[in-house]
Amino acid sequence: MIDSALIPKGLKRCPTWQFVAAIGVFGAVALWGVYAMLLCWFKGLNQTNMNDYYGFALWIWADLAVIAVGGGAFFTGLLRYIIGKDELKNIINFAVLIGFICYSSALLILGMDVGQPLRSWFIFWHANVHSMLTEVAFCLSCYFAVLTIEYIPLVLENRQMDKVPFFHNLSHNMHGVMAVFAATGAFLSFFHQGSLGGVAGVLFGRPFAFREGILIWPWTFFLFTWSAAAYGPCFTLLLTKLTEKISKKKLVKDNVVELLAKISGWMIFTYTIAKLIDTIYWANITAPSLGFKLSHFYSNNAIYGYWILFAEIILGGVVPALILITKKGRQNPTAFTTAIILAVIGVCLNRWVMVLQVMAVPVMTFDTWALYIPSWQEIATTLLPVAYGVILIIISFRYLPVFPQELELNPDESNKAQQNTEKAEENPALDAKLSPAGA
Amino acid sequence: MSKELSHNKVRRYGMVIDLDKCTGCGACMVACMAENNVPFKEDESNKRDSITWMKVYKLTNGKPFPNTEICYLPRPCQHCEGHDGHSPCVSVCPATATDYNSETGIVSQIYTRCFGCRYCMAACPYHARYFNWWDPVWPDGMEKYLSPNVSPRMRGVVEKCSFCFHRYQLAKDKAYYEGRSEVREDEYQTACTQACPAGAITFGDLNNPLHAVHQMVKPDLKHAGRPKSPNAFRLLERLGTNPKVYYLSDREWVRRAGDNYMADTKNHLEPKEH
Repeated sequence: MIDSALIPKGLKRCPTWQFVAAIGVFGAVALWGVYAMLLCWFKGLNQTNMNDYYGFALWIWADLAVIAVGGGAFFTGLLRYIIGKDELKNIINFAVLIGFICYSSALLILGMDVGQPLRSWFIFWHANVHSMLTEVAFCLSCYFAVLTIEYIPLVLENRQMDKVPFFHNLSHNMHGVMAVFAATGAFLSFFHQGSLGGVAGVLFGRPFAFREGILIWPWTFFLFTWSAAAYGPCFTLLLTKLTEKISKKKLVKDNVVELLAKISGWMIFTYTIAKLIDTIYWANITAPSLGFKLSHFYSNNAIYGYWILFAEIILGGVVPALILITKKGRQNPTAFTTAIILAVIGVCLNRWVMVLQVMAVPVMTFDTWALYIPSWQEIATTLLPVAYGVILIIISFRYLPVFPQELELNPDESNKAQQNTEKAEENPALDAKLSPAGA
Repeated sequence: MSKELSHNKVRRYGMVIDLDKCTGCGACMVACMAENNVPFKEDESNKRDSITWMKVYKLTNGKPFPNTEICYLPRPCQHCEGHDGHSPCVSVCPATATDYNSETGIVSQIYTRCFGCRYCMAACPYHARYFNWWDPVWPDGMEKYLSPNVSPRMRGVVEKCSFCFHRYQLAKDKAYYEGRSEVREDEYQTACTQACPAGAITFGDLNNPLHAVHQMVKPDLKHAGRPKSPNAFRLLERLGTNPKVYYLSDREWVRRAGDNYMADTKNHLEPKEH
């Protein structure tokens, strides 16, 4: 392989043409997204199907969703470095990588979503301390910086980078102080995840979103933080399983996966109880005090019915929680996969409801439901971060030691790869012929 | 000093709209657009992305003919005071681009500071805030007819009714020049108020007992400005937005259309405090 010198020692990777082809396919999707993004920047947000009723739409949902599922990074970091669950060191790199992708995507989406992107810095310069969005902007930016710091040591562990003494020592020393960044990340995440929940919860003009709470924080503040910590690890596990499936090899030991799944399961279980209490209180006390029956929010329109409440809380909460908290459920591959998929869908649905349904519900008695279908530009720009994320995972997986247990879990392949590497180093001309297929 | 203007007096400029007088002619909308340089599209058929600071809604009592009744409801920005100036939109703007003026009670919009996040639009239950999805384009020659007192807005920012704040500034300047400390009631009137042929819109200081708006609705300051007048109501009173636009109607169904009611609730409930 032309790039064998960059691949971690002893690890087998797919042939170069497969790697290039995959980058090409997702690169094409990303380019399509970039084209749509440029249209939005140069021609304005009239390229979208947003309107004055739907000022928050697909992008903001995608923003909230990637931040929620990216919560695996801060929570796994908290468990590994602060609470001391040492086994999780075998999945923390991947969790950080996913977090980095999710948060950089979130910032990119915000850059597209605002009407005057060149004035984005006003949020820091003219900050309104009463606004939840101000807190989101500050904590999100700071946490992205933390994630970058957490991702750098992994990049420096690349075989060639590691040969440079400075980078080797930097990486080593950064690992040494990583607990400080993990703690900082958890602190920042608590606030920005919560503030994102607060963004909807403080809208006292929108009874569908509005929640009471403690002091300045509505209940959604705590529910969002809790759900990100609960569901984020499920997304890390889902992508781990997907990477294993595509690379056709085991990358993380079962005990590590099971530990994270068990913690995630209990978090989802407790979150779902809290969410149920919140929903019951809102439906019976908060909304009626503002003049609204629960049925007002779930009838007289083509999409939003009670099914969405059922799908979010029961299918996306109770079911995955019950599977993941039982040993049998965790150890049954089908049940396990079902649980993590349902969990990821569940949390994304929650974010959808807290953005798009909030906009859709009529508040004035003579108003009507507002439904909206995104334009192709919105879809392309929403797929852009997905394509970018896949590309970064492909590159990181190929060139960085993302999964520390990979070598140990694949000894036969590792030996072969080691031999091939050694031969290739002796005779570079043989490189192409000796490349193992598959994987 | 006789020319000194009083800076401490708190005014609460507000509007009273008599829905039984409104004919739905739309003169208020036209006057507002002309006065405030409100941009428009070539094709205005999609009302959900066109800008109408003042918008007239058509309400019906839902009964079949011959008992059908119609009511037209003009809806400017409600200039909500919320609780202590924390109106729904002002409290959420991350860049302090919208502000509650404690001197006048007017909710302002600073176009050059707004960066277009649209959080204020999500917060407003009255849909009184509009986003500039396009650059404003005026037909050839029309730019010469734009008002020099109101800055046109650029693409990508939010705008809304300002209660013709520039007229307040002009009236204040005039009063100062003439050595008066007070702006008279008739000196500061919004364009929609003056344009209404039926005289359905009244504008003035709700805090001033001499002003017509105060006398018409008798705002109860102990209860966040709730009207004491039995035929007066505010939109979505129960949410606690504390708006400064009041409506009048003799018709019960019109008054009930102003808010959401559970089957067993009475007309007047305590609004929420936020």
